[in-house]
Amino acid sequence: MYSTNYHRASSVDEAVALIAKGSDAKFLAGGHTLLPVMKQRLAAPGDLVDIAKIPALIGIEASGDTLTIKAATTYYDIMHNADVKRMIPAIAHLTSVLGDPAVRYRGTIGGSVATNDPAADYPAAILALNATVKTNKREIPADQFFKGLFMTALEDNEMITAISFPVPEKAGYAKMRNPASRFALTGVFVAKLKSGEIRAAATGASQDGVMRVPVIEDALKANWSASALDGIKVSDDGLIEDIHGTSDYRANLIKVMAQRAVQAAG
Amino acid sequence: MGIEGIGARVARKEDRRFITGRGRYVDDIKLQGMTYAHFVRSPHAHAKITGIELDAAKAMPGVIDVLTGQQIVDDKVGNLICGWAIHSKDGSAMKMGAWPAMAPETVRFVGQAVAVVIAESKNLARDAAEAVVVHYEELPAVANIKAAIADGAAQLHPEAPGNIVYDWEIGDQKATDEAFSKAANVVTIELTNNRLVPNAMEPRAAVAEYNPAEEHFTLYTTSQNPHVARLVLSAFYNIAPEHKLRVVAPDVGGGFGSKIFIYPEEMVALWASKKTGRPVKWTGDRNEAFVTDAHGRDHLSKAEMAFDADNKMLGLRVKTYANFGAYMSLFSSSVPTYLYATLLSGQYNIPAIYTEVVGVYTNTTPVDAYRGAGRPEACYLLERLVETAARQLKVDPAELRRKNFITQFPHQTPVIMAYDTGDFNASLDAALKAIDYAGFPARKAKAKSEGKLRGIGLSCYIEACGIAPSKAVGSLGAGVGLWESAEVRVNPVGTIEILTGSHSHGQGHETTFAQLVADRLGIPINQVSIVHGDTDKVQFGMGTYGSRSAAVGMSAIFKAMEKVEAKAKKIAAHQLEASENDIVIENGEFKVTGTDKAIALPMVALAAYTAHNLPDGMEPGLKESAFYDPTNFTFPAGSYICEVEVDPGTGKTSFVNFVAVDDFGRLINPMIVEGQVHGGLVQGIGQAILENAIYDDSGQLVTASFMDYAMPRADDVPSFQISHTTTLCPGNPLGVKGCGEAGAIGASAAVINAITDAIGNNRLEMPATPDRVWHAMQLQQAAE
Repeated sequence: MYSTNYHRASSVDEAVALIAKGSDAKFLAGGHTLLPVMKQRLAAPGDLVDIAKIPALIGIEASGDTLTIKAATTYYDIMHNADVKRMIPAIAHLTSVLGDPAVRYRGTIGGSVATNDPAADYPAAILALNATVKTNKREIPADQFFKGLFMTALEDNEMITAISFPVPEKAGYAKMRNPASRFALTGVFVAKLKSGEIRAAATGASQDGVMRVPVIEDALKANWSASALDGIKVSDDGLIEDIHGTSDYRANLIKVMAQRAVQAAG
Repeated sequence: MGIEGIGARVARKEDRRFITGRGRYVDDIKLQGMTYAHFVRSPHAHAKITGIELDAAKAMPGVIDVLTGQQIVDDKVGNLICGWAIHSKDGSAMKMGAWPAMAPETVRFVGQAVAVVIAESKNLARDAAEAVVVHYEELPAVANIKAAIADGAAQLHPEAPGNIVYDWEIGDQKATDEAFSKAANVVTIELTNNRLVPNAMEPRAAVAEYNPAEEHFTLYTTSQNPHVARLVLSAFYNIAPEHKLRVVAPDVGGGFGSKIFIYPEEMVALWASKKTGRPVKWTGDRNEAFVTDAHGRDHLSKAEMAFDADNKMLGLRVKTYANFGAYMSLFSSSVPTYLYATLLSGQYNIPAIYTEVVGVYTNTTPVDAYRGAGRPEACYLLERLVETAARQLKVDPAELRRKNFITQFPHQTPVIMAYDTGDFNASLDAALKAIDYAGFPARKAKAKSEGKLRGIGLSCYIEACGIAPSKAVGSLGAGVGLWESAEVRVNPVGTIEILTGSHSHGQGHETTFAQLVADRLGIPINQVSIVHGDTDKVQFGMGTYGSRSAAVGMSAIFKAMEKVEAKAKKIAAHQLEASENDIVIENGEFKVTGTDKAIALPMVALAAYTAHNLPDGMEPGLKESAFYDPTNFTFPAGSYICEVEVDPGTGKTSFVNFVAVDDFGRLINPMIVEGQVHGGLVQGIGQAILENAIYDDSGQLVTASFMDYAMPRADDVPSFQISHTTTLCPGNPLGVKGCGEAGAIGASAAVINAITDAIGNNRLEMPATPDRVWHAMQLQQAAE
């Protein structure tokens, strides 16, 4: 690791000011993506602004049909939260199979979403549930937030403060883990929203990162059941092909994981 | 024997320091004035070095020196050696290119050291290493066996035309051809044995110190065999004569073979410590471990077996290509020859065997012994071939094996090995019973009704351990003898120190070796200390690999104990005014048999050291040493049966059950044996379904971190059902055979046999990842 200046911010405003002032400064929350690449000297931020202890960024709020998870809330706190378990159990489940206990104690939802790792779990939930990403500047609908591998709509000095999830009628998540990294080789989140909209999002599979899967959405719209997907074929166009899985294998996984997600959703 | 003697499940003495963070590893050592080394490594698989710019790096803060491959050549530090001479069919010696510790002219694998920065801190060394500019002229690379032996392939070493190190054979070609000409059926299989990265928990490290006043070096290093390291560093690398070089291997966090070898980094650390006049520390990180620790396996094989009409084996023909990487590592040449082809008879009576092995250079990390070393490759090949035969001949795989088992011992195989003892039916019977083999069809049908594919796979392995006797290995080309030494020191107050040439890097010697002493003298193991891993303390030793520490190392202790006991009995008899023939040792006392006269061990020891009243002519003291050279290899054997369930949607394999029945001869500490078996099985399962070192065509290691190299985790493996059958090894006084590698040798074939049984497609390579299994299922469905 190259030397860096560490700052701990106590408010969102202070954090944003520190980032603006710093040299090639980076927000640090759980650090699970940033610190490993810094240790390998592949990233060298001059300043690190730790936002993990900012009180306004921690906590979960339930109001009516909306569940709001603040950005620096850890996976551990999310998976054990009673409101999450009651209102969107699929998110509690997704979180319980994300990483391992050590990761879950420190990793944060805001960090995961801001990084937009192509194999991260939360982006699938956000896209499928049509959640809203709240920042210090604005509110960004899910469909406009994810812009490709490690790319988001976030601008310079913009920080995610919370994710707001509409409570769905039903939702489910299923994933196949990469045998080595244990990230999602392919994960699919399916949701039947209270508006009646059906959404399905896959992570880990596409060269462009998290994506919606229209062929699955269409089939589930006609018939919300796992067997409705038996006959569909997911195209392997644009899917990742690597040592852990070919693109046709991933296309198969999208279908199989979607079926299991529907089963889990009930 | 007492409660802490042979056969007792004694908790490991060494674990208290390990689990409380008080182990002392090489990286824990800090010397006055110590500096830190960081290597500049090749990013290319094959390139000419056309220039190195050092000035900027030398001017960086805290930099003491930057040293290059040309300087190490100029200083006449020897090239790395391969210590086992193998001859090709035509009688020619193996063809090897030079391997300097740092490359002066040409780099031949990604990660090869080119230069080293010595600086005041680890970070400063790393900073400066980034400022070293190496100019390369890239050359075409060959990254795998097929590419290396292709017409027109890029050549690694002018000494080895066609990238061939040797073209070796074993067995009787004519007799084997005759057997095939008489065959009613011939079964063929082609397969690869996937390349593995050892990944010991502790990466390699070295601390070197030079004392100019005494012209004396000390090297602290992560070694499985510090005396062999000293011998090689002295005799071949011109570092220092042996009496001017102390090698210490303190606590070492796992080796699996990868820490047998002397690597460039410790040579450079020693050389640089003299050049800079400061102690030098190098601690590898995980990335360096991936690209510089000797890899394991990497074979491409075709095997054919001839059967008569009654399904009796008539002959076996094998051709194997073995990938050695870019240079011949210390014992690499022996692994695919004498440690592999000599085990191809397995547990079977095969009248004729002929095997050819072609050793191949590629632009990859050197390959050498890794847990099992040749024997896993042999077992995997043979047990997949036998399982394939059972399917093709439509006979029960257990019965086909049983029909061909060797049942008379000793048994001379057609490939050198003379099996001393064993009972292969006993272990197979126990394994079949433990897994409820008879009930499998019903379980398979039930799984099918639930949408799952269930399979069962057998693997009946045999291996050769001890890697001795010296005369035998010498006749096969080994550059060293493979005995072991021991010294037993009884202190004046009766406590005991055992000095051994074996080295413990996870095996639990401090407990098991003490149990042997406790067993013989009837004293608690806390009265016994085991001293190892320091050439200044232990006279000589060959170290730990090849599951040899019990069979060879403990046998040496046994012999030294006999000498100590004989002298102690003489002293006791003299003190008790009895005949030494009437003295028996019980519960730490020397007793006159049939009387109540006794003298405790501390009093005998004290008498030996005060020397006030010893038998006439007896030397004072109570200390004896012994060298032990076995009469044969030992032959652990067993039967593994694996039952799996494959998810047809994803191709993912889950383990329903895994039964391991091993015959290790006498067990010293069953708990430690079980731990060894667990670890070995996990490595075997890891090879079967997870681990794979993959190079792209340009020679870059794609799986160079745990993000892409799948190490087995606890939830990847089942809870094992382990049991033992016993035939005592007649070749050593303890009747032990060795248990360190068996799991890694036998497991992978059982797993793949089970998965191929489940999916009904025998064409499946390791690792059987979900992706590969799913594709094999698709092909099978398309074929049906």
